[in-house]
Amino acid sequence: MSAAIADSEPALKSGSRLERVLRAGQFAVTAELGPPKSADTEVIKQKAGFLKGAVDAVNITDNQTAIVRMSSIAAGFLAMQEGLEPVIQITCRDRNRLAIQADVLGAYALGMRNILCLSGDHQRFGNHPGSKNVYDMDSIQLVAMLRAMRDDKVFACGEEIRNSKKAPVVEPRIFIGAAANPFADPFEFRVTRLGKKVKAGADFIQTQCIYDMDRFRKWMESVRNRGLHEKVYILAGITPLKSVRMAEYMRDNVAGLTVPEHVIERLRKADDPKAEGERMAVEQMRELREMPGISGIHIMAIESENTVPGLVEKAGLLPRPAASQGKGT
Amino acid sequence: MIVAERKPFEEIYAFAQKHKTVLLLGCGACVTVCMAGGEKEVGVLASQIVLAARERGDTIGMIEHTITRQCDAEFFDEVTARKIAQADAVISMACGVGVQYCVERFPEIVVYPALNTKFYGATVEQGVWSERCAGCGECLVDKTGGVCPIARCAKSLLNGPCGGSEDGKCEVNPDIPCAWQLIYERMEKLGRLDELEDILPMKDWTSGRDGGPRTITREDMRL
Repeated sequence: MSAAIADSEPALKSGSRLERVLRAGQFAVTAELGPPKSADTEVIKQKAGFLKGAVDAVNITDNQTAIVRMSSIAAGFLAMQEGLEPVIQITCRDRNRLAIQADVLGAYALGMRNILCLSGDHQRFGNHPGSKNVYDMDSIQLVAMLRAMRDDKVFACGEEIRNSKKAPVVEPRIFIGAAANPFADPFEFRVTRLGKKVKAGADFIQTQCIYDMDRFRKWMESVRNRGLHEKVYILAGITPLKSVRMAEYMRDNVAGLTVPEHVIERLRKADDPKAEGERMAVEQMRELREMPGISGIHIMAIESENTVPGLVEKAGLLPRPAASQGKGT
Repeated sequence: MIVAERKPFEEIYAFAQKHKTVLLLGCGACVTVCMAGGEKEVGVLASQIVLAARERGDTIGMIEHTITRQCDAEFFDEVTARKIAQADAVISMACGVGVQYCVERFPEIVVYPALNTKFYGATVEQGVWSERCAGCGECLVDKTGGVCPIARCAKSLLNGPCGGSEDGKCEVNPDIPCAWQLIYERMEKLGRLDELEDILPMKDWTSGRDGGPRTITREDMRL
């Protein structure tokens, strides 16, 4: 996002560390932290230990792939205690508008300032395929609801966010994120959908993990043609490949994800596919850093959070800016 | 129409086994069209039960009867009442509506469901039925090119496809077309793609099942 745009909106929306890094024009780095499939807090402490100092914020997934895990808000709170700023994911799959708004108030009260709004993977993929899904709203409507809570200080029903008529209005001031998948179909509608998310009030965007750089470049060109990169911070998604098997699995089993053959071929020819996967991720990060309209990187190193600092360092993105070391508001 | 599917035979047989004389009651409406509970299916199921009873040494007498519609009082006529009086249980081959209406008309007798009622759908080809409507109570397909995202998108998304749409297919199952791909193609054909830029607000679900069980009363039609 250009400095001119930043100047036209002087007041910070949430004051989150992530917002301050992006507003300062720094190239942001965030990483995913998957909560445990248990109440084990040590897992979060360990993962947080790997990520601390290497990223500006950690993205806490919300029952990702529809598998039950510790809640994103609870895990986010534990991450905060470890000195990391969380980005809380909220999917539309598991909660209706009452539950989501209650959780947003709760997350804000606990000090959380960033929320990423997602549709959520269908429950069919998870460990409770017999559950009922909610989808009271979609991710775009969720973005709009959070924006209205923050800027208009009202709930989805229109009531003011105050405990009583005489009580002060205390609205959750959230830095609002949404996802974009340039690799799903219909391709032409993908930029339209990003535009809708921006119009609904998204402040930042995380993309699906990128392997097909050609298609990503093409998508970014459409994004720039519509000027969307000047209205929203775009964080490009990176997931280092660890093996040929992983690459093939991602290609064949993750809907809306493409892994080009030349990427798999490079891993196949490598003596150490894991190291090659990391090299490829670093190359991508370096290219994305120079790509017009990209404001940062989001690393989704699934159950490999320990590799993140090395990747960030090799991409030339360490140390993280001072804003990211400061205390969150 | 309401599309239904017959329950597994053993489940139905377990209902019949508890009784000496069972009336198998078919319905001539939707479930006849979707080949689940019409006169023909009544005949087949009754024969299956009789044969199984003979093999297993059970004594179950079957009475077959099919009426025009099990969701309308006028079709539960005297003939039907007489047949019900001869039986000590009814197995209804109607949809869930018909089963319950049969209970309401004949509260003295036990009524079992022979079908699993699935959805509001259409016959898309011989032997294939597909869901089209979710009965949300407030139709919005005027905004989506005549394709319903509530019934046909696995997540009922109102503002475009999720990240799982690939090659026109839904992430849930590659046999399911992505509703938003269909909407996109239709709107493109109509030259109305610009309308998909509009954000559809959160839906008020009170018009649907979430508002509680629904009744429509039309004063102009009442006697």
